[in-house]
Amino acid sequence: MNELQTILSDSVNGLLSDRVNKALIQKAEEGVFPSVLWNEVEANGLTRVLVPEDQGGAGATWADAAIVLKAAGEHVAPLPLAEAILANWFLAEAGLEAPEGVTTLLDGDFVFQGGKLSGEAKRVPWGRDAAHGVALVKGEIVLVPLAGAKIAPGLNVAREPRDHVVLNEVAVKSAKAALPNDAMQLYGALIRACQMAGALSYLSAQSVAYANERTQFGKPIGKFQAIQQQLAVLSTQAAACGVITDFACAQVVKRGAEAAFEIAAAKIRVDDASSIATSIAHQVHGAIGFTYEHGLHFATRRLWSWRAEFGSGTEWAKRLGRETIKGGADALWPHVTAR
Amino acid sequence: MQPFRFDLCELPGETKGLREDIRAFLAEELRHVPKVTRAQTWSGSDPEFSRKMGAKGWIGMTWPKKYGGHERSFFDRYVMLEEMLAAGAPVGAHWIGDRQSGPLLLRFGTEEQRQLILPRVAKGECYFCIGMSEPDSGSDLAATRTRADKVDGGYRVNGTKLWSSGAHTAHYMIALFRTDSSPEAKHSGLTQFIVDLKNTDGITIRPIRDLAGNAHFNEVVFEDAFVPDDMLVGSEGSGWGQVTAELAFERSGPERYLSSFLLMVEMIRELERRGGDEGAEVIGRLVAHLVTLRQMSLSVAGMLEKGENPALEASVVKDLGAIFEQDMPVVAHELLGIAPTIGDGSDYEEVLGYLTQTTPSFSLRGGTREILRGIIARGLGLR
Repeated sequence: MNELQTILSDSVNGLLSDRVNKALIQKAEEGVFPSVLWNEVEANGLTRVLVPEDQGGAGATWADAAIVLKAAGEHVAPLPLAEAILANWFLAEAGLEAPEGVTTLLDGDFVFQGGKLSGEAKRVPWGRDAAHGVALVKGEIVLVPLAGAKIAPGLNVAREPRDHVVLNEVAVKSAKAALPNDAMQLYGALIRACQMAGALSYLSAQSVAYANERTQFGKPIGKFQAIQQQLAVLSTQAAACGVITDFACAQVVKRGAEAAFEIAAAKIRVDDASSIATSIAHQVHGAIGFTYEHGLHFATRRLWSWRAEFGSGTEWAKRLGRETIKGGADALWPHVTAR
Repeated sequence: MQPFRFDLCELPGETKGLREDIRAFLAEELRHVPKVTRAQTWSGSDPEFSRKMGAKGWIGMTWPKKYGGHERSFFDRYVMLEEMLAAGAPVGAHWIGDRQSGPLLLRFGTEEQRQLILPRVAKGECYFCIGMSEPDSGSDLAATRTRADKVDGGYRVNGTKLWSSGAHTAHYMIALFRTDSSPEAKHSGLTQFIVDLKNTDGITIRPIRDLAGNAHFNEVVFEDAFVPDDMLVGSEGSGWGQVTAELAFERSGPERYLSSFLLMVEMIRELERRGGDEGAEVIGRLVAHLVTLRQMSLSVAGMLEKGENPALEASVVKDLGAIFEQDMPVVAHELLGIAPTIGDGSDYEEVLGYLTQTTPSFSLRGGTREILRGIIARGLGLR
């Protein structure tokens, strides 16, 4: 880790491990937005890691931001931190100033005319709690105040708000940005993949810790080969996801949106891993892990939700596969080794 | 926290020229080699090809020049390996000597052993096999029973080694023998030797046909075979530790995820021929796993270059890599449903035929899946 990465890691892991606990997540799941924690996250500059320094951000790269995104997943922070990081980066790319408060992503169908935005976005993260949303409409980054928006609440299975947001001729700020038309889906997939890699790392550590504590037949269940073999599988899946998400972020640093190849690979890989890892983690935890009381599900329910967001593994696999087949059998290896 | 670390590792730009040289060389050398032959990758043996690679300086690439090596980086070697494997080059003859026996001798061998053997290995003229497993000692390597009893000037060896790939063509075996049979010396009673397979009386090598009808591996029987003192590797009783270090090399390379790559390429070719969207999702998933495994494998190469010990990381890559390699014929079958064939099929059918039969060995050779996961579990603090 370089100096900035160490600072970011200490800052985000310190804050989230200190503040995110079962009571806080439970309250969030009951609909109480953790404003105090959000304010601290914002005050620490974590929502602006990708904003250039001269615009009041940390000036970090995606490789650095991966640390914060993974930590958000690992600590199962019930906040739109990842969304805000991406939203503020979009704004910075367009030269727009990032506002204070909660800013979320509006991935929907919009009509943008005469400085006014109309349309709707489904399943908007924390739409009800956000002061602003960021949309991408025909190459323009649009900053939308959500005060007057019509919002119908919804939830994913992690009980994170995923709200239906309807806009009717809302006056917005906008500016052109050099981003591809699918930037919302693309970078959305990247932030989710990073969060998932973090959550998988937590699942692995938590399951190992539990297996060393829980005693049956006179010894910790982690001493049984059947359990050891499963936990080994879980840990290798988590390791693979750590690598591919780091790689995807590094490729974004290197080639911007041309890193769609690696972002797709990352979302596919973490999707596959999530299915295997959540199953093993629950199996190892037994009945206690199936209770609300035990915190395991805060991570597994997030993984089950996130793997379907910003394109499931299957959707990304179709896209990646189509491009690979179109490129031709003999082009794959040169392509893979040129990255 | 995870006990293993996979830092990203980018190949230095100067490896590009080498990669191009290798591709040009392979395009010429493999022009007339059938795909099914190429699918054997590092199980395919061709001494003439090995000598050509030696002449190019592509064997013993990282070794000191005084032993015939080329003092190049682990990254250069990595590029060479992955290009050879992806193209299906017949690298099997010199494979074990280059991958593990050479490095073993560089670490633990005597100056005389290095001088005698390494330059010939680097030329692609001298081949090694491994003598670890026995009829009653597979995953439980410490159960080794083949005895090397001290006699005047050396050791007298009796016993049987099993599954020694390439023993029928190799010049030397790196063998693990028991030099102390007392019950308390289970691990400390093991010693490694270099056995000259071409010039030692009392050695019988019998090929064992595998289920596909190929004869790559062997049973090697020792009956009062004499191994001189100067062929002992390291010191008496240090065999267990040395073997563990050797296995780290055996588990770390790109051969642990690329063994079925040629089938993936032929699958894509078949789908390309058919047109449309058929199979796109399946190929996309395979590409995602391929790219991930390559980065993990590169990360291990980066650790080797830095002089770190990637034994645990190598086990992780080998375990995940074997799943990927073994899934390939299953996926190919489910996707295209074309019958695997022997001898008279299309490239796709023949490669599928070969790999369908071969893949069970991928999670056995070099440490079984269960042993690897046991190693990983120990790393996790469970054992």
